[in-house]
Amino acid sequence: MFEDGAIINELLIERLNYFIYVVLLLIGLHAMIAKRNLIKKLIGMSIFQTAIILFYVSISVKNEATIPIYKAEHDPHGAASKAAAIELNSTNSGKPLYAPTELQSSETQQYANPLPHVLMLTAIVVGVATLGLALALCLRIQQGYGTVEEDELLVKLERSDARYSLSPLAKAISSRRRPARNSRNPRATGKSSSTPKRSPGYGKNLGSTKASKPSTAKTKTTQANKNPNSVNRKPGTTSAKIGTKKSLPPKKTSIKPAGKTSPQQKKGTE
Amino acid sequence: MKWISLIPVFSVGALLLFAAKDFPEWGDPHSPASQSPVSSHFINNTGVDTEVPNMVTAVLADYRGFDTMFETVVVFIAGIAVLAILKGSGRRPRGRHRSYKLEAEPDLIVTYTVRLVVPVIQLFAFYVLAHGHVSPGGGFQGGVVMGASFILIALAWDLDHALVRMSLPRCMVIAAVGIIIYAGIGFLSMFMGGEFLDYAELERLLPVSREMARYYAILGVEIGVGFTVASIMFALYANLSSEGRLKGGL
Amino acid sequence: MGLELLNIFILLLLVVTALAALRVRDLITAAAVFGVYSFLMCLLWAEMGAVDVAFTEATVGAGVSTVVLVATIFNLKRKSND
Repeated sequence: MFEDGAIINELLIERLNYFIYVVLLLIGLHAMIAKRNLIKKLIGMSIFQTAIILFYVSISVKNEATIPIYKAEHDPHGAASKAAAIELNSTNSGKPLYAPTELQSSETQQYANPLPHVLMLTAIVVGVATLGLALALCLRIQQGYGTVEEDELLVKLERSDARYSLSPLAKAISSRRRPARNSRNPRATGKSSSTPKRSPGYGKNLGSTKASKPSTAKTKTTQANKNPNSVNRKPGTTSAKIGTKKSLPPKKTSIKPAGKTSPQQKKGTE
Repeated sequence: MKWISLIPVFSVGALLLFAAKDFPEWGDPHSPASQSPVSSHFINNTGVDTEVPNMVTAVLADYRGFDTMFETVVVFIAGIAVLAILKGSGRRPRGRHRSYKLEAEPDLIVTYTVRLVVPVIQLFAFYVLAHGHVSPGGGFQGGVVMGASFILIALAWDLDHALVRMSLPRCMVIAAVGIIIYAGIGFLSMFMGGEFLDYAELERLLPVSREMARYYAILGVEIGVGFTVASIMFALYANLSSEGRLKGGL
Repeated sequence: MGLELLNIFILLLLVVTALAALRVRDLITAAAVFGVYSFLMCLLWAEMGAVDVAFTEATVGAGVSTVVLVATIFNLKRKSND
């Protein structure tokens, strides 16, 4: 089995379908693990899925076999069947008009195996339904966090975790004040896109917000002064936006192309 | 970091290739899958049992009817879930939406072509649905083609234009009706004295033999599947293209 | 023999399109290439005798799922970082 060339012959010549199914499956698996964009992950998932369907369909292939639809001589409504039935009918009037006959085991080899086809047919349709569901979740993530890149998402999730693990007072305020959608959280978008790495980016963000705090916090309520970290929570409100515009001019400009021009880009492509 | 993912990928690949070595010969008619009594039974007896020439349709809707029914339910649930996730979550239609309407005048050539093509597509969808017994096709394919015709309308004009013809509540009602047709045929055969989805018992309602009762019940079931799939495909597109706002669209 | 050559050709092209769909950074291009992949898969299944599966894949995989992907990507950022 493992002699020179034998395994190559085994895999690449005689069973190329099986080999390619493994390759496609690995491509899909690698994409699901390593790609950072969620849409890319979904494309990888679909490739994985079709690879498995390819495997099932490859199983059902028989040499010298046709598609799993009855040929004319076996067709229950075909001319041959009808002629046989009429012949049968003339000799024995008690029988029904059509009398399709059961295939013999030698004739079974003439048709491809229909069972894997049936299993995979429904799998494809359910696959597109689940793909649509996953895309809907992607849209929702985009609305909530402004990105579908996994590394940026992780930064934002960590930040929102930090936001909620503050003092009880801050927690109560954040639960009351928290906007339903933080998609227009411009500071967060800009910072994470400038620092894609997760842990150093997080540290840097904390530092930069602390540094920018004195200029912004004075314009706001006194609770912000009690909790230095609670500045993080504020940018959703409009007063904070005005404050940050003054204090962080370079950040703001770096944000704008990412956040605000995208609708126009979309319009252009439309 | 990225290279770590190659470790599980290549270990899985090595295992799968190791197993692929033991697979039966390519296209071997005596492989275990092809020799199994189940598939041989399907090939030998479909013509006798149901008089359907296309074995795949017969196995899909009759022998494995329970499976197909719940696959249809899965599609329906996916449609409802997309609706539930995206409903009311879209951004407010501000300036972008208005300017879009001014800009996007539907192209004359495209709309004329679509106007000509859509009836043909829908006719073909019905053909695929009804002719699934004797040729490749059936409820899933016909339903998807039908839904694609509505998607084509939405692409050529805009989403509102398609939603006038197929509003989302109507979509969902049609999808539910499809499942009700499917389950109704199942329960009907139950009330006729058989088991759930045992179509042969419908011979008492239809003036045909037991085999032809199964033949027609398969057609009814496929129609139910087609209803559900068609409307869910369009609902998926309508929701995803407009982020649940159901306005403007692409 | 001709059919086998076609089989090998499609299989190799499948790998190429799968890699290309995951390689490009423009997501719309990725969706289009994924449509090509689905259609090649459909051809392969038709060649292997699974006509029903091929028909379903032609309508669902190459048709609706590509359209749905493109429709979603229009509402997202078009560029991907990897």
